[in-house]
Amino acid sequence: MPPPVPEPAPGPASPPASGPAWRLRPQGDRCISIELGDRINVQTGLQCLSLAAALRAAGLPGVTDVVPSFTAVALHYGPPGPQGGASFEHRADAVREVLALGLPEAASGSREIDIPVCYGGAHGPDLGAVAQACGLSEAEVVRRHGLPGALVFMLGFAPGHPYIGLHDEALNLPRREVPRTAVAAGSVAIANRQTVIYPNRLPGGWHVIGATPLSLFDPGRSPPALLMPGDRVRFVPITAAQFDRLAGRAGAAGDGGASP
Amino acid sequence: MSLSVVRPGMLSTFQDLGRQGWQHLGVPVAGAMDARAHRLANLLAGNLDDTATLEVTLTGPTLRFDSACCVALSGAGFSLTRNDQPAALNRPLVMRAGDVLAFGQRLHGARAYLAVHGGFALEPQMGSTSTYLRGRLGGWQGRALQRGDQIGLRRPLDAAALEPLARTLWGVHVYLPGAIAQAVRRTVRILRSEQWPDFSAESCAALITEPFRISPDSERMGYRLQGPTLALAQPRQMISEATTFGTIQVPVGGQPIVLMADRQTTGGYPKIAYVASVDLPLLAQMAPGDVVRFELVSLEQAQQLDAEREAALTLLAVQLAPLRQALMQHPTPPERRP
Repeated sequence: MPPPVPEPAPGPASPPASGPAWRLRPQGDRCISIELGDRINVQTGLQCLSLAAALRAAGLPGVTDVVPSFTAVALHYGPPGPQGGASFEHRADAVREVLALGLPEAASGSREIDIPVCYGGAHGPDLGAVAQACGLSEAEVVRRHGLPGALVFMLGFAPGHPYIGLHDEALNLPRREVPRTAVAAGSVAIANRQTVIYPNRLPGGWHVIGATPLSLFDPGRSPPALLMPGDRVRFVPITAAQFDRLAGRAGAAGDGGASP
Repeated sequence: MSLSVVRPGMLSTFQDLGRQGWQHLGVPVAGAMDARAHRLANLLAGNLDDTATLEVTLTGPTLRFDSACCVALSGAGFSLTRNDQPAALNRPLVMRAGDVLAFGQRLHGARAYLAVHGGFALEPQMGSTSTYLRGRLGGWQGRALQRGDQIGLRRPLDAAALEPLARTLWGVHVYLPGAIAQAVRRTVRILRSEQWPDFSAESCAALITEPFRISPDSERMGYRLQGPTLALAQPRQMISEATTFGTIQVPVGGQPIVLMADRQTTGGYPKIAYVASVDLPLLAQMAPGDVVRFELVSLEQAQQLDAEREAALTLLAVQLAPLRQALMQHPTPPERRP
């Protein structure tokens, strides 16, 4: 039998009354997660992005990655130095110092980006079913999907793969019951009031309503990802002919678009 | 000034310590599955520990060198030959032009790391030479080695005076303390996750008392485990968040997956535990079909073990400084000099 191990220590002291509520916890022995909420909404998303920016600016030693998600920020760090001294508690203290300064407004400096989308047809095979499930016309789905101000909460799942939202309440659908084993590169798909865009050919369980001719990820580009966490996105309808023209120019459409 | 791939082996890819700093763009870290063996091979070849090595998997390659160089192999045990004569693991090996290095039978472990002094001539992509296979990124053309590939060497050795160099290298004492040597344990130490209390008591007990078999579809992205079914006490909707190397997640169906080097950067499955970093190399050396058991440790214990490993590697780098110096001082071939 393994030796008894004490239960994890209780959480840190409560956060200051003025700032957002937060909770620090270890994710294994080389990552700290800072939780700022337990529900997906734009306010919490912006707080996560703001904290991620503050943690990057703080330049904490040994930190390799700062990864915002919907309700948390993960701080990945490398192995302890030869002298040790880089335990979870040391790092948690450093994070608490950053949190104590308060979080700046994340909205300033965020980019606004138009994403051209060819809706329906071969590019968006699920548009009809989505319209029916939402009780809207296809044109109305496209209109509501294109309302400005959608936030890029985070990137994950694949290089350059964004999670964008939150869309109009009427576009609140669960994922497809049966995921597809392959979705074409550039596919724009929705579920749970969010949009994802597949950077290359990938399996996917979201409803594909259109496709963009833009390349979502190119390691030779700086920055390599088209969209960054914190960007504000507007989806702009284009025709199939425009899609082809843009795809030809960008050399980006098709399954090889995101490859070096 | 290169090596030629006579046989590529099952899956041979170049890896360093990973593509760090890009996870917020969804870019997996990749890097050596067994970072301990990767760093050890580099130190034995007189390199800094982030130089890319060749990670070979289960079946090793056959490589021909067209110029003199120094290599070292660490990690999984293979019967290694140089020109059909047995060659030592965990030692610097001086290769001469025309020499053939062949991996024979695998004796233990799953992955070995071949370092060459000065490194392989690879172009970093996004700050790393690690191969990320799914993204066709980094390493050698973003893929595993194929027969006929020719990989350049950054620092071949002048053919003159190789004998004295080989004698000097042979004379360097290499002592591998327990914190660095290949572990023989089959028990992997883990840390409870914050969701541990949300799993059923039977699931938590099963994880630390029952054996799990590593399934055939385990690879660099994750190890799928076959064993008792694990489940949350109450079904719960999870919100996607960052993952780590060693996260043990439990998808629908209840067969856990340990996320490994090529893991996705974020995930939305419940997590029952995390593998202690110090034991990730142990897991990386397990092959499909192997049986693993898990044992709980505290965060403090895991950090202590991790720090001991780091201290041992730092000390080894100091002890091997004469080796590195001898290699650095050996001239490169005349045509490579400015």
